[in-house]
Amino acid sequence: MLIKLIGGTVYDPASGVDGQRQDIYIEDGHIVNKPSGDFQVDKEYNLKGKVVMSGAIDMHTHIGGGKGNIARTLLPEDHRQDPVMRTDICRSGCGHAMPSTFVTGYRYAEMGYTAGFEPALLPVNARQAHMEMADIPILDKGGYVMLGSDDYLLRLLTANKDQKAINDYVAWTMQSAKAIGIKVVNPGGINAFKFNQRKLDLDEQNSYYGVTPRDILRVLATAVKEIGVPHPLHVHGCNLGVPGNMQTTLDTIQGIGGLPMHLTHIQFHSYGTEGDFKFSSGAAQIAEAVNNNKNITIDVGQVLFGQTVTASGDSMRQHANHKHASPNKWVTMDIECDAGCGVVPFKYKDKNFVNALQWAIGLETFLLVNDPWRIFLTTDHPNGAPFICYPHLIRLLMDRSFRNEVLSTIHPEAQKMTTLASITREYTLQEIAIMTRAGAAKLIGLKDRGGLSAGNWADITVYTDNADRQKMFEKPDYVFKDGQLVVVDGKVVSTKWGTTHTVKPNFDAQVEKGLKDYFDRYLTMKLGNFKISDDEITEDGRGSITVHPLKGDVA
Amino acid sequence: MTEITEVPSPFCGIGTDDLTIRVDGVSLKVIENGCAVNTPAFEQAVTDTSPRVDGKEVSLEVAIAAAAALLKDTGLPVIGGCATDVNGMRGLLALADRCGAVVDNMNFTGARNNFLALQDSGWMNTTLAEVKNRCDLLLVVGTDLEAFAPRFFERYLWNKQAMFLDDTGHREVIYLGKTPSGDASSTPSGQKAQVSECATEDLPEVVAVLRSLVKGQPIRAESVCGIAVADLQTIADKFKAAKYSVVTWAAGALTYNHAELTVQTLSEMIKDINNQNTRCSGLPLGGKEGDQTANQVCGWTTGYPARTRFSRGYPEYDPYLNDTVFLLASGEADALVWVQAFNVNAVPPVAELPTIVVGRSGMTFIKEPDVFIPVGTPGIDHAGYAYRMDNVVAIRLKKLRDAGLPSTAQVLNAIEQALQER
Repeated sequence: MLIKLIGGTVYDPASGVDGQRQDIYIEDGHIVNKPSGDFQVDKEYNLKGKVVMSGAIDMHTHIGGGKGNIARTLLPEDHRQDPVMRTDICRSGCGHAMPSTFVTGYRYAEMGYTAGFEPALLPVNARQAHMEMADIPILDKGGYVMLGSDDYLLRLLTANKDQKAINDYVAWTMQSAKAIGIKVVNPGGINAFKFNQRKLDLDEQNSYYGVTPRDILRVLATAVKEIGVPHPLHVHGCNLGVPGNMQTTLDTIQGIGGLPMHLTHIQFHSYGTEGDFKFSSGAAQIAEAVNNNKNITIDVGQVLFGQTVTASGDSMRQHANHKHASPNKWVTMDIECDAGCGVVPFKYKDKNFVNALQWAIGLETFLLVNDPWRIFLTTDHPNGAPFICYPHLIRLLMDRSFRNEVLSTIHPEAQKMTTLASITREYTLQEIAIMTRAGAAKLIGLKDRGGLSAGNWADITVYTDNADRQKMFEKPDYVFKDGQLVVVDGKVVSTKWGTTHTVKPNFDAQVEKGLKDYFDRYLTMKLGNFKISDDEITEDGRGSITVHPLKGDVA
Repeated sequence: MTEITEVPSPFCGIGTDDLTIRVDGVSLKVIENGCAVNTPAFEQAVTDTSPRVDGKEVSLEVAIAAAAALLKDTGLPVIGGCATDVNGMRGLLALADRCGAVVDNMNFTGARNNFLALQDSGWMNTTLAEVKNRCDLLLVVGTDLEAFAPRFFERYLWNKQAMFLDDTGHREVIYLGKTPSGDASSTPSGQKAQVSECATEDLPEVVAVLRSLVKGQPIRAESVCGIAVADLQTIADKFKAAKYSVVTWAAGALTYNHAELTVQTLSEMIKDINNQNTRCSGLPLGGKEGDQTANQVCGWTTGYPARTRFSRGYPEYDPYLNDTVFLLASGEADALVWVQAFNVNAVPPVAELPTIVVGRSGMTFIKEPDVFIPVGTPGIDHAGYAYRMDNVVAIRLKKLRDAGLPSTAQVLNAIEQALQER
């Protein structure tokens, strides 16, 4: 079937198209060039006056894995505020802070998103993450597998194994867990917490292994580069949430020595210690460092006001943060000599000085980083806010008067501590399209997503231009996923199953010798039962695996 | 005849995956690493392979049509048991969503003791590999651990090597409540576990005193429910001296009213210990017959654990009112679907309402259900996933034989499909 989208105003940064009127043709799920000669169009959509972008990609969202399910189980009262009825097309479920899997898919699609990436796939819990994501309809998905607090890596480091041994282990883990990136969370800190360390600075040693976070970051970032994974090492740094952690973040940027590195939810790592409350914004310094270091990319982890739940692999910091739990209940876990997690409900309040300043710090970061190809729009769902708040966040970025209006309502001392009112920048539609589409696809290494030129999969979102950007982005006219019309007027009209994006870096098969011995001696399952096979993703007939090229591969 | 090695078990809850099983046609024999729980569960013979409607053998298609017809005009069907693998639960929840049913896992009343504590104040827990490599002190509360999981001690405490302990034989095991039924908890050199015995229903009082002592509160009594307070003080002191202590309990073994308060006291005590410059973690036992699996899949599909109803078109969780036993007794339920792919002895409650059983081949009934569809067992007849007790690891179950039995998922998906087409 040939579909023609007629005369929409296209924002496709991947092809350098910035608001030009263009026709788009779709056939067999892909965007195609205008066919030559005589041809029959089977279905037309008149998009004159509409805004056309590719489907949005959330490059950091907690949508699959054990800690999310703990968060769900922990908060029945939150689900009861947002029950979701079954329809002829959609399954029932719940929404708000940590929605059910089906509702996650529907609501993302209804905002024009067509892909989401789980940033904390524990190797030992990767099966669960993939099973949950397999129950998220419409969206494509993928995951960054977590290393850095696993005892195997730390043992390699204390045994002074060479970089090749690390590379083999990293590549093996990516293949075992079916991942597209490598994540590190509080490098070595989750492990140190198991030895009763309660904080771990960049140059502080793990009390058992003697390894520092700086060591771990260096070997992992090197491994990611050397095995050719397109997505840079995805780093949740040390000292999350600690006043003064801005310096840790600056040191982390300097310490990586020019290697590609993505610093995630950087808002939570951009705090100074100035002012009466010894808590201040470090956004300007962080933004300057990002602007000056082209090897660095970031996503923001914007805080927005209201009830949510924080779910993180960072058991050390989550344990420390439990004092702020609202409602007052929380979970931490030590997990399988592999990792950990912590789940703490949060209610961010605009009249709370710290929360209000966190909100301002996130926005300052967005507005002070110059290059939209190196900054990404996230709330670290659900940690800063649920993903359903994205249209509101886009309005804050695109509409200065609206931003200042909200600013004038937050805690007055926080207003004094932020430069936000003086920042005139307003994001353009093209910049939003870069952050949420072309840039995200490029960062993750998706070869045929995030763009609207021929050859890309037809993931397309159509909006009605509206000066109220929140209204515009919360209700697209049409969303196509792989060429199938899935959303009309902000409501799901049909569903399908997305693919799982991965890379398959090579490793020396000898790596399994050491691993088998380690599994047999110390772990609780056989190595053969640990590895996830391709069949596990595809055997139910609805999942599929897409393998993307490594750096240096010929496309 | 073939021998299959590294077979994972969905039965014991502790994720043993080193069984060797000899397959001869459809009969199985555990020849290595069996135990009192796993061996009979694997070796259970296949009997029925044909479904029955009103006691008469019929084809699978006819049985599915009959099941769909029974469910078609029901007001509040209850899907009980819920003992199957991940795909089985997916099918079960899709069916429940379509026909407005209640979903209720058969072990939920026990598991509720954990859920109520978790949902009120949370906890700090650990998993089996951490126990295996770190635990230097294990407190077992109110549970006969070796009867629950016969190989727990062999696999996770008396393992030859541990990464962070010089000698696993120096670990200490203390029982509070029940005395263990055997000697599995004795160290390899024969040192018996310390037991502070009390009646199960006295645990709330004993645990409350233990927590008080951990917090340094003065206790004037000299004994509590037959246990010397000095003994409890010793346990409290050992927690503070240990580097990585672990407290374990089986929620279902705490068979008295409001046992969730005991779980909560233990969980809060664990948090207290973590505020005294050392580490301590909880380890709730479970994972048998798909109970963690049911709660996990129901969790991501609905937001709630597996005692949830769909009768208003969206999921509603109620840990008391959605109890199968309660709904049958009150007359609110008007059909029962019983799903049990693991255990032939876990038969449905006898009830005077239309009953459909999707059960493991070998199940026998006091009262023949209206529809009986024998299904294969995950990990024997088909591949699948089952969650271990620690709720993090989903074990990949293997297919060992082909007995011509459908999976739970195939049957429930077909019933759902048939309802959709009506």
